[in-house]
Amino acid sequence: MTVFFRPHSLLVKLVWMTLAVLLSACSKKEAAPAQSAASATVVTAVTDDEKVLNVYNWSDYIADDTVKNFEAKYGVKVNYDVFDSNELVETKMLAGSSGYDIVVPSSQFMERQVKAGVFAKLDKSLLTNIGNLDPATLKQVAMYDPGNEHAIPYMWSTDGIGYNVDKVKKLIPDAPLDSWALIFDPKYAAKLKDCGISILDAPSDIRSIVLIYLGKDPNSQNPEDLKLAEAQLMKIRPYVRKINSSQYIEDLANGDLCVALGYNGDVLQARDRAFEAKNGINIAYVIPKEGSIVTIDTMVIPADAKHPKNAHLFMNYLMEPEVAAANSNKVNYANGNTASEAFLNESVKNDPAVYPTAEIKAKLTPELSVADDYNRLLTRTWTRFQTGK
Amino acid sequence: MKLEQQVRASRVAGFSAAVQFILQVFHYIVPYHWVASRLARWGVKGQRLVVALPYLWLLLFFFIPFLIVLKISFSLTQLSMPPYQPLVQWTGEQLNQLRLNINPGNFQYLWQDSLYLDAFLNSIKVAGIATLITLLIGYPMAYAIARSSVQWRGVLMMMVILPFWTSFLLRVYAWIGILKNNGLLNNFLLWLGVIDEPMVMLQTNFAVYLGIVYSYLPFMIMPLYATLEKMDLTLLEAAKDLGCRPLRAFLTITVPLSMPGIVAGCMLVFIPAVGEFVIPSLLGPSDSLMIGKVLWTEFFNNRDWPVASAVAIALLLVLVVPMVCFQRAQARTAEAGEA
Repeated sequence: MTVFFRPHSLLVKLVWMTLAVLLSACSKKEAAPAQSAASATVVTAVTDDEKVLNVYNWSDYIADDTVKNFEAKYGVKVNYDVFDSNELVETKMLAGSSGYDIVVPSSQFMERQVKAGVFAKLDKSLLTNIGNLDPATLKQVAMYDPGNEHAIPYMWSTDGIGYNVDKVKKLIPDAPLDSWALIFDPKYAAKLKDCGISILDAPSDIRSIVLIYLGKDPNSQNPEDLKLAEAQLMKIRPYVRKINSSQYIEDLANGDLCVALGYNGDVLQARDRAFEAKNGINIAYVIPKEGSIVTIDTMVIPADAKHPKNAHLFMNYLMEPEVAAANSNKVNYANGNTASEAFLNESVKNDPAVYPTAEIKAKLTPELSVADDYNRLLTRTWTRFQTGK
Repeated sequence: MKLEQQVRASRVAGFSAAVQFILQVFHYIVPYHWVASRLARWGVKGQRLVVALPYLWLLLFFFIPFLIVLKISFSLTQLSMPPYQPLVQWTGEQLNQLRLNINPGNFQYLWQDSLYLDAFLNSIKVAGIATLITLLIGYPMAYAIARSSVQWRGVLMMMVILPFWTSFLLRVYAWIGILKNNGLLNNFLLWLGVIDEPMVMLQTNFAVYLGIVYSYLPFMIMPLYATLEKMDLTLLEAAKDLGCRPLRAFLTITVPLSMPGIVAGCMLVFIPAVGEFVIPSLLGPSDSLMIGKVLWTEFFNNRDWPVASAVAIALLLVLVVPMVCFQRAQARTAEAGEA
């Protein structure tokens, strides 16, 4: 038989050698800028051999220069990727091999994922800044992750109403601006229809809020309560324009929406964007008097992360008081970092929309995870609400 | 002048040398001869080899993934990584302690809840209407291109294909900027004075149809152009000589002859449009019930991979079975015509 492919011929060797040289040159080129950028002020720290970190965080959830500063300080290249739904994160985590080194799910989702064995235990010896955190917040996270073994709180948010002050007051002069009735009472919702109502595409959040409005237990997993909530939601369905979890920031800011049931920081970002654009649109955020839910987003490291040491380093960096404060100042979400308070802008620290008053805080309920059967029921209810059928 | 020519010539020579070098490199990295000789040993060579390649492709990238999805569709969810039970479980050391976890309940479930059937039917309706509109717009375009002068055809076809150079997602996003209340189109119409208040176009069914027709129009034009371009124009002349009016000649000669193009174009538009997820979720209303969205909800909100897989399998059956029947019927009529 003729040998068609001669692995030892000179030409083959030459080709392989050329390829090897080319490849090594390429990889060197990639590594070079990160090192040169860091060479001036590089800080010795425990990192992985490969100085890369893949982060998966919520959209609009970090200050503009946090990642850049971290890269410069430690010479680690950060690939920063964003999402806008917990469900998406959970699916990626359960599928495995996500490629991410740090992920930021909300605590009630993190609880399930910890049970599924998705996350690595934290090496607390690498997290020297953990003492900066508020013990009360850590204790709350421990409700979902006993012993704080896997997760560190990043920021926490409340659900409330963001509204276009002038348009709402013009349409409804006696609008109940401190109550969920503004959205859930068909009387008011109908008047706001053309101006635009948006609701978070977050079934469990909305269920809890409607239950609060109806005076029920927000964490009830009773199907009868869910039916009541559905009936209430269906009454206002014809008046809801959008069911989406990220678009409302921009829509509120440029006047395409009147009222949004959304996260506090998102609404405040819309307010800031409108202010910067000087378009005369005045956005406000309120936690209604009936109460609301509070969500803590947590940083975790997937068990199959390739750069766990870099991930610890980044976590620790985010817990530095100045860094945590800069992030909160930018995105208007409260962090659970006591030491950062000295560096917070007065306008953020004293804003009850970011740091609620003690009176409001007492009415905030943490959302708990739900059983699989109930979750299916909830999703089905949600589909009926979305389609209006 | 001469220098320029020389420079150009040497550039061309350099370029072709580079291409040859790359080809040689590929030649040695991919052991074509080795693969060919192995295949020849199994009796696969020449024409058979060429035919085997697409089958190999289908096997690797269609059939094996299909089997994986089929496997998951018979499983049950559990909180683990991956979030479903293994189909085969060893309960002990020995082989006879093997347990099969086959669960056809996921398919029964699809019947019990009207959601899935409604979503299927609505997707088929939306895709059907969109395909029809695409055909009505695409046919005259393909006809005009096929009848234009030879040097224009290439340019016109290039213009049809050119949008593919931009990402599909970006092009759909661009429509958001055009259609929204504060968008380009509304502002233009307001400026013209045609309307006094912005029209709500985004998040409507109109936007979904627009998005599908816009995105899939090239897939309709290309096969139509291919058949129309090859058509024998003397047939139309003969019809004219025999006193046939242009419209009648078009309907009795051009349309039947371009039937293969119409069928191919419609399938290329209809099949992806049925499972379309991106366009309805970006441009469509929240209340549009499409099977792609239902699949997404099963997968991401219910975290129920088995039911999601069952939906995918059902979708495949709903689409593929009628198509195979159609193809068979066509092949039979073609045979009958030849005989």
